[in-house]
Amino acid sequence: MVELTIIYDKVRFEEKALYEKAQNRGIKTQLVDGKTISVTTESEKKDLGLGDVILQRSVSHYRGLYLTACLEFLGYPVINRFQVGETCGNKLLTSLVLAKNKVPSPKTQFAFSAESAMETIRKSGFPQVLKPIVGSWGRGVFPLRDEEVAGMVIEMREEDDSPFSRIYYVQEMIDRPPRDIRCIVVGDQAVTAIYRYSAENEWRTNVARGGKAELAKITKELKDLAIRAAQAVGGGIVGVDMMEDKVRGLVVHEVNNTVEFHGAATVSKADIPGAMIDYAVSVAKK
Amino acid sequence: MKPKVECQECGADISLPEDSVVGEIVTCPDCGGDFEIASKGEKVELKPAETVGEDWGQ
Repeated sequence: MVELTIIYDKVRFEEKALYEKAQNRGIKTQLVDGKTISVTTESEKKDLGLGDVILQRSVSHYRGLYLTACLEFLGYPVINRFQVGETCGNKLLTSLVLAKNKVPSPKTQFAFSAESAMETIRKSGFPQVLKPIVGSWGRGVFPLRDEEVAGMVIEMREEDDSPFSRIYYVQEMIDRPPRDIRCIVVGDQAVTAIYRYSAENEWRTNVARGGKAELAKITKELKDLAIRAAQAVGGGIVGVDMMEDKVRGLVVHEVNNTVEFHGAATVSKADIPGAMIDYAVSVAKK
Repeated sequence: MKPKVECQECGADISLPEDSVVGEIVTCPDCGGDFEIASKGEKVELKPAETVGEDWGQ
Protein backbone atom coordinates (compact mmCIF):
# COMPACT_ATOMS: atom_id res chain seq x y z
CA MET A 1 0.00 0.00 0.00
CA VAL A 2 1.21 3.52 -0.83
CA GLU A 3 2.48 5.60 2.08
CA LEU A 4 2.00 9.34 1.68
CA THR A 5 3.66 12.25 3.47
CA ILE A 6 2.23 15.74 3.44
CA ILE A 7 4.88 18.31 4.34
CA TYR A 8 3.64 21.55 5.87
CA ASP A 9 5.08 24.48 7.76
CA LYS A 10 1.65 25.80 8.74
CA VAL A 11 -1.46 23.64 8.58
CA ARG A 12 -4.17 25.43 6.62
CA PHE A 13 -7.55 24.38 5.26
CA GLU A 14 -5.82 22.74 2.29
CA GLU A 15 -3.45 20.52 4.28
CA LYS A 16 -6.27 19.36 6.57
CA ALA A 17 -8.50 18.59 3.58
CA LEU A 18 -5.71 16.60 1.89
CA TYR A 19 -4.94 14.67 5.06
CA GLU A 20 -8.60 13.81 5.70
CA LYS A 21 -9.15 12.77 2.09
CA ALA A 22 -6.12 10.48 2.13
CA GLN A 23 -7.28 8.95 5.40
CA ASN A 24 -10.74 8.37 3.94
CA ARG A 25 -9.12 6.64 0.97
CA GLY A 26 -7.43 4.25 3.42
CA ILE A 27 -3.94 5.56 2.56
CA LYS A 28 -1.33 5.52 5.28
CA THR A 29 -0.63 9.24 5.62
CA GLN A 30 1.46 11.43 7.84
CA LEU A 31 1.57 15.21 8.23
CA VAL A 32 5.18 16.26 8.77
CA ASP A 33 6.37 19.73 9.78
CA GLY A 34 9.04 20.72 7.24
CA LYS A 35 10.66 22.93 9.90
CA THR A 36 11.66 19.77 11.82
CA ILE A 37 13.38 17.98 8.90
CA SER A 38 17.14 18.09 8.49
CA VAL A 39 19.16 16.41 5.78
CA THR A 40 22.90 15.95 5.29
CA THR A 41 24.93 15.02 2.22
CA GLU A 42 25.29 11.60 3.84
CA SER A 43 21.60 11.09 4.63
CA GLU A 44 19.81 8.17 3.10
CA LYS A 45 16.19 7.89 2.13
CA LYS A 46 15.45 5.32 4.81
CA ASP A 47 16.72 7.70 7.54
CA LEU A 48 13.77 10.02 7.04
CA GLY A 49 10.90 7.55 6.79
CA LEU A 50 8.76 9.73 4.58
CA GLY A 51 7.00 6.92 2.73
CA ASP A 52 6.62 6.47 -1.02
CA VAL A 53 5.55 9.91 -2.18
CA ILE A 54 5.56 13.43 -0.75
CA LEU A 55 3.14 16.29 -1.24
CA GLN A 56 5.14 19.49 -0.65
CA ARG A 57 2.75 22.02 0.93
CA SER A 58 5.05 24.54 2.65
CA VAL A 59 3.59 28.04 2.63
CA SER A 60 7.13 29.46 2.54
CA HIS A 61 8.25 29.21 -1.09
CA TYR A 62 11.98 28.93 -0.45
CA ARG A 63 11.65 26.52 2.46
CA GLY A 64 9.48 24.26 0.31
CA LEU A 65 11.73 24.62 -2.72
CA TYR A 66 15.04 23.78 -1.06
CA LEU A 67 13.55 21.07 1.11
CA THR A 68 12.25 19.54 -2.12
CA ALA A 69 15.78 19.68 -3.57
CA CYS A 70 17.05 17.73 -0.54
CA LEU A 71 14.23 15.18 -0.70
CA GLU A 72 14.75 14.62 -4.43
CA PHE A 73 18.47 14.19 -3.71
CA LEU A 74 17.49 11.32 -1.39
CA GLY A 75 15.34 9.78 -4.11
CA TYR A 76 11.85 10.74 -2.96
CA PRO A 77 9.24 11.58 -5.58
CA VAL A 78 7.99 15.03 -4.55
CA ILE A 79 4.93 16.85 -5.88
CA ASN A 80 5.76 19.30 -7.26
CA ARG A 81 9.26 18.64 -8.50
CA PHE A 82 12.02 21.15 -7.69
CA GLN A 83 12.18 22.38 -11.27
CA VAL A 84 8.43 23.10 -11.30
CA GLY A 85 8.67 24.98 -8.00
CA GLU A 86 11.64 27.01 -9.18
CA THR A 87 9.88 28.07 -12.38
CA CYS A 88 6.48 28.80 -10.82
CA GLY A 89 7.99 30.66 -7.86
CA ASN A 90 9.64 33.16 -10.18
CA LYS A 91 7.45 35.25 -12.48
CA LEU A 92 10.32 36.00 -14.86
CA LEU A 93 11.13 32.31 -15.38
CA THR A 94 7.41 31.53 -15.72
CA SER A 95 6.94 34.18 -18.41
CA LEU A 96 9.93 32.87 -20.36
CA VAL A 97 8.70 29.27 -20.19
CA LEU A 98 5.16 30.25 -21.22
CA ALA A 99 6.46 32.29 -24.17
CA LYS A 100 8.82 29.54 -25.24
CA ASN A 101 5.92 27.08 -25.29
CA LYS A 102 3.68 29.56 -27.14
CA VAL A 103 1.16 29.75 -24.30
CA PRO A 104 -0.69 33.07 -24.73
CA SER A 105 0.43 35.40 -21.94
CA PRO A 106 0.62 39.17 -21.38
CA LYS A 107 3.49 41.00 -23.08
CA THR A 108 6.16 41.31 -20.41
CA GLN A 109 9.45 43.20 -20.40
CA PHE A 110 12.45 42.69 -18.17
CA ALA A 111 14.94 45.36 -17.17
CA PHE A 112 17.95 45.21 -14.91
CA SER A 113 18.43 48.76 -13.68
CA ALA A 114 16.19 51.64 -12.65
CA GLU A 115 17.17 53.68 -15.72
CA SER A 116 16.50 50.85 -18.10
CA ALA A 117 13.17 50.06 -16.38
CA MET A 118 12.03 53.68 -16.73
CA GLU A 119 13.08 53.76 -20.37
CA THR A 120 11.18 50.53 -21.05
CA ILE A 121 8.04 51.85 -19.37
CA ARG A 122 8.23 55.21 -21.21
CA LYS A 123 8.59 53.47 -24.57
CA SER A 124 5.62 51.17 -23.92
CA GLY A 125 3.35 53.89 -22.57
CA PHE A 126 0.94 53.82 -19.67
CA PRO A 127 -0.61 51.97 -17.93
CA GLN A 128 1.79 49.13 -17.16
CA VAL A 129 2.02 46.78 -14.18
CA LEU A 130 5.22 46.37 -12.17
CA LYS A 131 5.49 43.07 -10.32
CA PRO A 132 8.18 41.59 -8.09
CA ILE A 133 9.65 38.50 -9.76
CA VAL A 134 9.26 36.61 -6.48
CA GLY A 135 6.27 37.16 -4.25
CA SER A 136 2.67 36.25 -3.88
CA TRP A 137 -0.76 37.20 -2.61
CA GLY A 138 -0.44 40.31 -4.79
CA ARG A 139 2.27 41.87 -2.62
CA GLY A 140 4.32 44.55 -4.32
CA VAL A 141 2.21 44.52 -7.50
CA PHE A 142 1.75 48.12 -8.63
CA PRO A 143 -0.27 49.62 -11.47
CA LEU A 144 1.85 52.32 -13.11
CA ARG A 145 -0.67 54.77 -14.51
CA ASP A 146 1.67 57.69 -15.21
CA GLU A 147 5.35 58.63 -15.20
CA GLU A 148 5.26 60.22 -11.76
CA VAL A 149 3.95 57.05 -10.09
CA ALA A 150 6.38 54.90 -12.08
CA GLY A 151 9.28 57.04 -10.90
CA MET A 152 8.22 56.80 -7.27
CA VAL A 153 7.73 53.04 -7.35
CA ILE A 154 11.09 52.48 -9.04
CA GLU A 155 12.77 54.71 -6.46
CA MET A 156 11.19 52.60 -3.70
CA ARG A 157 12.48 49.45 -5.35
CA GLU A 158 15.99 50.91 -5.59
CA GLU A 159 16.00 51.58 -1.85
CA ASP A 160 14.92 48.06 -1.00
CA ASP A 161 17.62 45.63 0.16
CA SER A 162 16.39 42.58 -1.72
CA PRO A 163 18.54 41.71 -4.76
CA PHE A 164 15.31 40.84 -6.57
CA SER A 165 14.17 44.45 -6.25
CA ARG A 166 16.63 45.56 -8.93
CA ILE A 167 15.16 43.15 -11.46
CA TYR A 168 12.20 44.84 -13.10
CA TYR A 169 9.27 42.84 -14.44
CA VAL A 170 6.96 45.14 -16.36
CA GLN A 171 3.77 43.74 -17.80
CA GLU A 172 1.12 45.22 -20.06
CA MET A 173 -2.12 45.96 -18.21
CA ILE A 174 -4.75 43.69 -19.69
CA ASP A 175 -8.10 45.25 -20.51
CA ARG A 176 -10.22 42.73 -18.63
CA PRO A 177 -13.37 42.43 -16.54
CA PRO A 178 -12.75 42.96 -12.76
CA ARG A 179 -11.89 39.32 -12.32
CA ASP A 180 -9.44 36.64 -13.30
CA ILE A 181 -9.72 32.88 -13.56
CA ARG A 182 -7.90 30.22 -11.58
CA CYS A 183 -7.94 26.71 -12.97
CA ILE A 184 -6.62 23.90 -10.79
CA VAL A 185 -4.77 21.37 -12.90
CA VAL A 186 -3.83 17.98 -11.51
CA GLY A 187 -1.69 15.91 -13.89
CA ASP A 188 -3.51 16.14 -17.22
CA GLN A 189 -6.87 17.01 -15.71
CA ALA A 190 -8.45 20.46 -15.26
CA VAL A 191 -10.24 19.74 -11.97
CA THR A 192 -12.09 23.00 -11.42
CA ALA A 193 -12.02 26.66 -12.37
CA ILE A 194 -13.17 29.74 -10.51
CA TYR A 195 -13.51 33.42 -11.21
CA ARG A 196 -11.80 35.59 -8.64
CA TYR A 197 -13.43 39.00 -8.34
CA SER A 198 -11.54 41.96 -6.87
CA ALA A 199 -12.72 43.22 -3.50
CA GLU A 200 -14.13 46.75 -3.26
CA ASN A 201 -11.46 49.45 -3.74
CA GLU A 202 -8.93 46.78 -4.79
CA TRP A 203 -7.81 46.06 -8.35
CA ARG A 204 -5.98 42.81 -7.57
CA THR A 205 -8.11 39.67 -7.53
CA ASN A 206 -6.19 37.58 -4.97
CA VAL A 207 -8.45 35.82 -2.45
CA ALA A 208 -5.78 36.81 0.12
CA ARG A 209 -6.75 40.45 -0.73
CA GLY A 210 -10.44 39.80 -0.09
CA GLY A 211 -11.23 38.67 -3.65
CA LYS A 212 -14.43 36.64 -4.00
CA ALA A 213 -14.69 33.28 -5.74
CA GLU A 214 -17.39 32.18 -8.18
CA LEU A 215 -17.56 28.96 -10.15
CA ALA A 216 -16.37 29.24 -13.78
CA LYS A 217 -17.35 26.87 -16.55
CA ILE A 218 -14.44 24.84 -17.88
CA THR A 219 -14.73 25.54 -21.60
CA LYS A 220 -12.57 23.69 -24.11
CA GLU A 221 -10.46 26.85 -24.61
CA LEU A 222 -9.92 27.23 -20.86
CA LYS A 223 -9.13 23.55 -20.34
CA ASP A 224 -6.68 23.33 -23.25
CA LEU A 225 -4.88 26.50 -22.21
CA ALA A 226 -4.66 25.49 -18.54
CA ILE A 227 -3.22 22.10 -19.39
CA ARG A 228 -0.74 23.59 -21.87
CA ALA A 229 0.42 26.08 -19.25
CA ALA A 230 0.74 23.35 -16.62
CA GLN A 231 2.78 21.19 -18.98
CA ALA A 232 4.97 24.14 -19.95
CA VAL A 233 6.15 24.56 -16.34
CA GLY A 234 6.73 20.84 -15.92
CA GLY A 235 3.35 19.46 -14.79
CA GLY A 236 2.17 18.16 -11.43
CA ILE A 237 -0.41 19.97 -9.30
CA VAL A 238 -0.70 23.65 -10.19
CA GLY A 239 -3.08 26.58 -10.22
CA VAL A 240 -3.12 28.34 -13.58
CA ASP A 241 -4.20 31.99 -13.37
CA MET A 242 -5.64 33.56 -16.49
CA MET A 243 -7.17 36.87 -17.54
CA GLU A 244 -9.83 37.48 -20.16
CA ASP A 245 -8.29 39.89 -22.63
CA LYS A 246 -11.09 41.64 -24.50
CA VAL A 247 -9.27 41.20 -27.82
CA ARG A 248 -7.10 38.08 -27.54
CA GLY A 249 -9.25 35.94 -25.24
CA LEU A 250 -7.62 34.03 -22.38
CA VAL A 251 -4.02 34.79 -21.43
CA VAL A 252 -2.05 33.05 -18.69
CA HIS A 253 -0.26 35.37 -16.28
CA GLU A 254 0.81 33.04 -13.51
CA VAL A 255 1.16 29.37 -12.59
CA ASN A 256 1.09 28.54 -8.88
CA ASN A 257 3.17 25.75 -7.46
CA THR A 258 1.65 25.11 -4.03
CA VAL A 259 -1.86 25.88 -5.04
CA GLU A 260 -4.28 27.19 -2.43
CA PHE A 261 -7.83 26.01 -3.04
CA HIS A 262 -9.85 27.15 -0.04
CA GLY A 263 -11.66 29.74 -2.17
CA ALA A 264 -12.30 27.22 -4.96
CA ALA A 265 -13.57 24.56 -2.53
CA THR A 266 -16.25 26.90 -1.21
CA VAL A 267 -17.89 27.23 -4.65
CA SER A 268 -16.89 24.09 -6.56
CA LYS A 269 -18.42 20.65 -6.23
CA ALA A 270 -15.28 19.06 -7.68
CA ASP A 271 -13.34 16.84 -5.32
CA ILE A 272 -10.15 18.92 -5.43
CA PRO A 273 -8.24 17.18 -2.60
CA GLY A 274 -9.42 13.79 -3.91
CA ALA A 275 -7.93 14.48 -7.34
CA MET A 276 -4.65 15.56 -5.72
CA ILE A 277 -4.43 12.45 -3.55
CA ASP A 278 -5.23 10.14 -6.49
CA TYR A 279 -2.51 11.86 -8.50
CA ALA A 280 0.02 11.44 -5.67
CA VAL A 281 -0.81 7.73 -5.50
CA SER A 282 -0.35 7.40 -9.26
CA VAL A 283 3.08 9.09 -9.03
CA ALA A 284 4.10 6.71 -6.23
CA LYS A 285 3.14 3.71 -8.34
CA LYS A 286 5.19 4.81 -11.38
CA MET B 1 -16.85 21.39 24.98
CA LYS B 2 -14.08 22.98 22.95
CA PRO B 3 -10.64 22.63 24.49
CA LYS B 4 -9.14 25.88 25.75
CA VAL B 5 -5.59 26.99 26.21
CA GLU B 6 -4.12 30.04 27.83
CA CYS B 7 -2.66 32.75 25.60
CA GLN B 8 1.10 33.10 26.19
CA GLU B 9 0.91 36.84 25.49
CA CYS B 10 -2.05 38.07 27.54
CA GLY B 11 -3.40 35.10 29.49
CA ALA B 12 -6.83 35.08 27.83
CA ASP B 13 -8.53 31.79 26.95
CA ILE B 14 -8.10 30.63 23.35
CA SER B 15 -10.76 28.12 22.26
CA LEU B 16 -9.46 25.48 19.90
CA PRO B 17 -11.68 24.07 17.15
CA GLU B 18 -12.47 20.42 17.92
CA ASP B 19 -10.87 19.26 14.67
CA SER B 20 -7.71 21.32 15.16
CA VAL B 21 -4.42 19.56 14.48
CA VAL B 22 -0.76 20.07 15.33
CA GLY B 23 0.73 22.72 13.04
CA GLU B 24 -2.48 24.75 12.80
CA ILE B 25 -2.40 28.45 13.67
CA VAL B 26 -4.78 29.84 16.30
CA THR B 27 -5.33 33.48 17.14
CA CYS B 28 -6.01 34.92 20.58
CA PRO B 29 -9.40 36.69 20.53
CA ASP B 30 -8.18 39.30 23.02
CA CYS B 31 -4.67 40.34 21.95
CA GLY B 32 -4.62 39.02 18.36
CA GLY B 33 -1.43 37.02 18.92
CA ASP B 34 -0.91 34.09 16.54
CA PHE B 35 0.22 30.74 17.88
CA GLU B 36 1.01 27.37 16.34
CA ILE B 37 -0.38 24.26 18.03
CA ALA B 38 2.84 22.50 19.02
CA SER B 39 1.31 19.37 20.58
CA LYS B 40 -2.11 17.98 21.30
CA GLY B 41 -2.19 15.23 23.84
CA GLU B 42 -3.44 15.39 27.39
CA LYS B 43 -2.27 18.96 27.38
CA VAL B 44 -2.32 21.32 24.42
CA GLU B 45 0.89 23.28 23.94
CA LEU B 46 1.31 26.40 21.84
CA LYS B 47 4.35 28.16 20.44
CA PRO B 48 4.53 31.59 18.82
CA ALA B 49 3.64 31.34 15.13
CA GLU B 50 6.19 32.31 12.50
CA THR B 51 5.84 35.82 11.15
CA VAL B 52 4.45 35.92 7.62
CA GLY B 53 7.44 35.86 5.26
CA GLU B 54 7.96 37.69 1.99
CA ASP B 55 7.93 34.35 0.20
CA TRP B 56 4.70 33.06 1.76
CA GLY B 57 1.74 32.03 -0.30
CA GLN B 58 1.24 31.67 -4.02
